[in-house]
Amino acid sequence: MTHAVAHDTSTGLDNRKMAFWLFIGSECLLFGSLIATYLVYEGRSISGPTTHEILNIPLTSISTFDLLMSSLAMVLALAAVARGDKLWSRVWLATTALLGSMFLGFQAYEFTHFVREGLTLQVNLFGSTFFVLTGFHGGHVFVGVMWLLTLLFRSFQGKLGPDKALNVEIAGLYWHFVDVVWIVIFTVVYLIQRQ
Amino acid sequence: MATSVAAHVPAAAAARRSGIWSWITTTDHKRIGILYGVTAFMFFLLGGLEALIIRAQLASPNNTLVDADTYNQLFTMHGTTMIFLAVMPLSAAFFNYIIPLQIGARDVAFPRLNAFSYWVFLFGGLFINASFLFGAAPDGGWFGYANLTSKAYSPGLNIDFWVLGLQILGIASLAAGFNFVVTIINMRAPGMKLMRMPVFTWMALVTQFIVITAFPVITIALVFLMFDRFFGTNFYNVTAGGDLLLWQHLFWLFGHPEVYILILPTMGMVSEVLPTFSRKPLFGYAVVVYSGVLIAIMGWGVWSHHMFATGLGPIADSVFGATTMLIAIPTGVKIFNWIATMWGGRIQLKAPMLFAIGFIAMFIIGGLSGVMHSSPPSDLQQTDTYFVVAHIHYVLVGGAIMGIFAAIYYWWPKVFGRMLHDGMGKAHWGFMLLGMNLSFFPMHFIGLLGMPRRIYRYDTALGLDTLNLVASIGAFILGASFLIFIFNVFWTRKRGQLAGKNPWNAATLEWAISSPPPVYNFSVLPTVSSRLPLWTEHGVSEIPDVPPEPVHVPGGTIWPILTAAGILAIAGGAIMHTLWIVLAGALFMVFSIYRWAFEPFEV
Amino acid sequence: MTDTAQRAEQHAHPSTGTYLAVAGVLTVITLVEVGVFYVPGFRSVLAPVLLILSGTKFSLVVMFYMHLKSDHRLFTAIFTLPLLIAVGVITALLFLFGAFSLN
Repeated sequence: MTHAVAHDTSTGLDNRKMAFWLFIGSECLLFGSLIATYLVYEGRSISGPTTHEILNIPLTSISTFDLLMSSLAMVLALAAVARGDKLWSRVWLATTALLGSMFLGFQAYEFTHFVREGLTLQVNLFGSTFFVLTGFHGGHVFVGVMWLLTLLFRSFQGKLGPDKALNVEIAGLYWHFVDVVWIVIFTVVYLIQRQ
Repeated sequence: MATSVAAHVPAAAAARRSGIWSWITTTDHKRIGILYGVTAFMFFLLGGLEALIIRAQLASPNNTLVDADTYNQLFTMHGTTMIFLAVMPLSAAFFNYIIPLQIGARDVAFPRLNAFSYWVFLFGGLFINASFLFGAAPDGGWFGYANLTSKAYSPGLNIDFWVLGLQILGIASLAAGFNFVVTIINMRAPGMKLMRMPVFTWMALVTQFIVITAFPVITIALVFLMFDRFFGTNFYNVTAGGDLLLWQHLFWLFGHPEVYILILPTMGMVSEVLPTFSRKPLFGYAVVVYSGVLIAIMGWGVWSHHMFATGLGPIADSVFGATTMLIAIPTGVKIFNWIATMWGGRIQLKAPMLFAIGFIAMFIIGGLSGVMHSSPPSDLQQTDTYFVVAHIHYVLVGGAIMGIFAAIYYWWPKVFGRMLHDGMGKAHWGFMLLGMNLSFFPMHFIGLLGMPRRIYRYDTALGLDTLNLVASIGAFILGASFLIFIFNVFWTRKRGQLAGKNPWNAATLEWAISSPPPVYNFSVLPTVSSRLPLWTEHGVSEIPDVPPEPVHVPGGTIWPILTAAGILAIAGGAIMHTLWIVLAGALFMVFSIYRWAFEPFEV
Repeated sequence: MTDTAQRAEQHAHPSTGTYLAVAGVLTVITLVEVGVFYVPGFRSVLAPVLLILSGTKFSLVVMFYMHLKSDHRLFTAIFTLPLLIAVGVITALLFLFGAFSLN
């Protein structure tokens, strides 16, 4: 991706990096509202499947681990780009995208399994809050995977040298934030199941 | 696509900068500011027309000018239009035009994102108003309470237009929020420390922080509503165990910070005008700045004062009552500082100053009724009556709109190079002051005497016929006052006095350059050593009339407007319940984003 | 990027070893979390324990992978303020909807 000619900034910090942290701040409120709603409605479903019956902790633990490892792959990708290592840039970027896609695969399996078990968007409060919260998160993962594949493509075009490290860093900020949101969701939705 | 323009070659520059294509592809903050201003003013007139029809209906008891359904659409669109399509974008017009000039920058941090924000705003405003063409304008109030807005109780397209339209507008606001925070923090000229920035820029900075944190909350509230309506989810479905107060909480968590989004920029505008026309620096600059910051932070703690009648319980009522009373403190502090600024100054009662002083007086009245709402017991009598209508219009018309007109008369010469006629400005002010007080003051009594809000007619038995008639007459006088302004604009296009760099002899950086400014703003980026650069000896370095070296000015680009068009297509497809249009719109939007990301564009 | 910013970046990059160590800790904490979930004895303190554990994971990723620990404090402020507002909103809504009431 191209970026603007660097100007001297008042803080010495890059404009785009600053803008992205602001965006992450706004996403805290976005996911915060979704999580608050999930928590407020927890245990209030009148009928239909509930958390205890349907959530698969072992499987979700694996997908959580998968996402955590993808963050590791991401920082290794950034380090590789920063030192101009073409081979490992591509390996780690591809690995991150792959692990992200696997996470999405786990989620797709989970969603279809839940629907077959009778948990739909419409059946009760749990269905609505669960699918919208985790679905929004999954949507963010999907965008992240597209972003990573774009970077990978640019790398193959020879256009992802050390001078473009900031682009990868910002993609990394996005990716890690999505991971961090999942850390919260895994704990609050899957592990802490209130009555 | 994007070209570099050596701006000291006037002929070539002029050729590329005229014609409608140059406006469609512009990334120049000054042009975007003008686009925002003109568009917002049009929507302001539309919202005003809606108000006049409302007041015409209520001028007499049991009137039959409009039926109940139409009335619901009118007051919903009046509120939605005035808040999202008039006041916010009018402030945005000034953020765009003035902030880079006040901090000594050549443009905002992300010029293309800036253009994108404008086009998304325009398309969002057109989308939500297109509902009128279907006879299905939003009709659930600007606050859209659940479950009136559910598919069951609002089966038509009205609420769909509202939900989708607001989501589009939210994107515009968020994008602008990121842009201006980075601009203000990161693109200040050398020597322009944060505590040397003009108060208008400070208030803009604070406002954008509120936007960035509050808009995501209403986004989610609207997502829930959209999912309920489109996909049958249960967020606001009582039979499934849902709680209607969830909507109210999420909405007002956004909605209260939103009113500070509406008022803080205008407080900043007034803070610029008062010192200039008192020939005295702002009294207690630091305190005014910190008060603004405090208001933004404390504004997060008061939202349930909009819900005192919902049975929150004594603890919640007490807490929110207390926090609401507390927020009057930083607000009041500002008022004292403004008065102290004028005290002992050499007051010049030009049009901008009259509007600024009007702001102070009207806002005090609005603030007093506001503080009366802060006590839950007294609010129980006032809520949902015309007493609240009086409050909001004193702070928003007497406050925000007057403040915006102070800014319009003040900065008009800078933007257009000609003065507005001061006599006409004073007449505008006089009729505006008369009209708004005649209209909204009686509403305090109308409300306390028992007339509820949002009813399309009332019976003569209420005994409020005369007061309502007076309020309606006032509204029409208020409306007429803006005709004077419009005439002034056209009359001075050719006949207005040429402005020069600093017609008001003001202190801040935007007055150091020509009116209108050159496309590159500053021939050299100035170095600043004072909070009042033009009132201080050696307060700002010399700014030559012609740039000593060629200045790079970014060219135009089509991708911001096309990305915005993609978003509009998504919304269009959604309201038509046609998936392929949604997908096509999304694909087009993604395509445009990629083209935007990869085009060579130098800031 | 300006020279100063570039220099700051170069000083700040943690080593691969650090990254791997963080990944290791994240893995261990996740295992502990899942373990705690299945141990009946922890039922009564499950929520606080899990919140502390996941809070630790959160902080590690933010501080080391997202670099906040070694970056300019302004980024920390830009992230922390909305985060605090979000936590405040969640807490307030839980209270307002009766999550902390005695019945």
